Amino acid sequence: MIASYIPMFLIIAVGILLATVFFLGSTFLGPKQAKGAEHNTPYESGSESSGGRHVRLSVKFYLTAILFVVFDIEAVFLYPWGIKFRSFGWLGLVEMLGFLGVLVIGLVYCWKKGALEWET
Amino acid sequence: MNGLVHGAVYGGVIASVLLTTIAFGIWFERKFAGRMQSRLGPTIVGPFGLLQSVADVVKLLQKEDIVPRDADRPLFDLAPVLAALFSLGVAAVVPFSPTIIASDLDVGVLYILAVGGLMVIPTFMAGWASNNKFALIGGMRAIAQSVSYGVPLVLAVLVPVILSGTLSVSGIVTYQANHHWFLTWPVFIGVPAFAIYYMAMLAESNRIPFDIPEAESELVAGVTTEYTGAKFTLFYMAEYVHTLVGSAVGAALFLGGWDGPFAPGLHWMVLKTLVLFTVVYWVRWSLLRLRSDQLMVLCWKWLTPIGVLLVLGAAAWVQFVPGGFQ
Repeated sequence: MIASYIPMFLIIAVGILLATVFFLGSTFLGPKQAKGAEHNTPYESGSESSGGRHVRLSVKFYLTAILFVVFDIEAVFLYPWGIKFRSFGWLGLVEMLGFLGVLVIGLVYCWKKGALEWET
Repeated sequence: MNGLVHGAVYGGVIASVLLTTIAFGIWFERKFAGRMQSRLGPTIVGPFGLLQSVADVVKLLQKEDIVPRDADRPLFDLAPVLAALFSLGVAAVVPFSPTIIASDLDVGVLYILAVGGLMVIPTFMAGWASNNKFALIGGMRAIAQSVSYGVPLVLAVLVPVILSGTLSVSGIVTYQANHHWFLTWPVFIGVPAFAIYYMAMLAESNRIPFDIPEAESELVAGVTTEYTGAKFTLFYMAEYVHTLVGSAVGAALFLGGWDGPFAPGLHWMVLKTLVLFTVVYWVRWSLLRLRSDQLMVLCWKWLTPIGVLLVLGAAAWVQFVPGGFQ
């Protein structure tokens, strides 16, 4: 079983090789200048950096993360069902209909509550 | 043991060929974009400007490697490497012909979704580690977009899995070769599922019209704002690899992969992949950027409910239509 994952390691090795070549190339080819005090300040379109980096983010991002967790868990149930439901016949289809029904009700609830609105 | 060596060799070869293809893919996109805008595109470096990407890489490597003050150094350095690794990693289970496949996993589709989903992590690392407001906001937007579009993506990919009854990518292609491409039959399920997959793929790889995470006019360059030289090159390549591999997966799951008349399988797979890849850039140079809220509305209010309907439709098709599943 584990043997079928060996090609992935080969691909990862190619990726690491590429990254190493790029990093080394950059080290040897890149300029090394004397750096002034302002050289490494965060880029803010030329104006001086103001405030901390930890800007306040909209709560929508957290809401999206929660929605994602809720709706992506379905994949865990849907994929095994998707392969095997033939052997369950009618029952399998009806049960999944119920599961997806609950999920859709959840989506409609989020929709009505305004969780899907991004206009400010 | 033989199969192991075979797979390992193909793994290395496929990754190398992909990276080479990307160099010419970038050249092709620039030529294509040039023609669309009544320009010539690159013409100077090499015949027809073919070596433009090589020149660009050398130029980028000559740039100074700037690390912003107070950056989280390990994460800042690791993010572009991980982006390159994850985008290449998906290619391991894509069958380019009945025999040219690095690893014919039984759970290939799950592997694609899992490794493809990991792309969120380098984006977040880069956004967080850069110590830059634009990078952080761009990173958060990119994550919100990627995870949101992950939902319709998962539903769209489930459709070929249900129709063929297997999670193996080569199994899905074999089923299509024996019966019909999922795009062509059942057409009322296959076409919308493919459309959702394609849109989600564009969103996952941050392509126009879904490139809000790096909207230049408001966010400078999103997560790549502070990246220069080699690290920027890696991010840039990872983006193209992501698009190319996404096209290959789409070709395998919906367009019959290596199935086709007259020519060997590899030709068909490469042709289909390149057609999908070209359409990405056709779209890119034709459309405008969506707004952030439009993007989320499209994902949650349209693609996700339609995706649920398609999954049920596919299941009903298999269950009730005679000959739906052989």
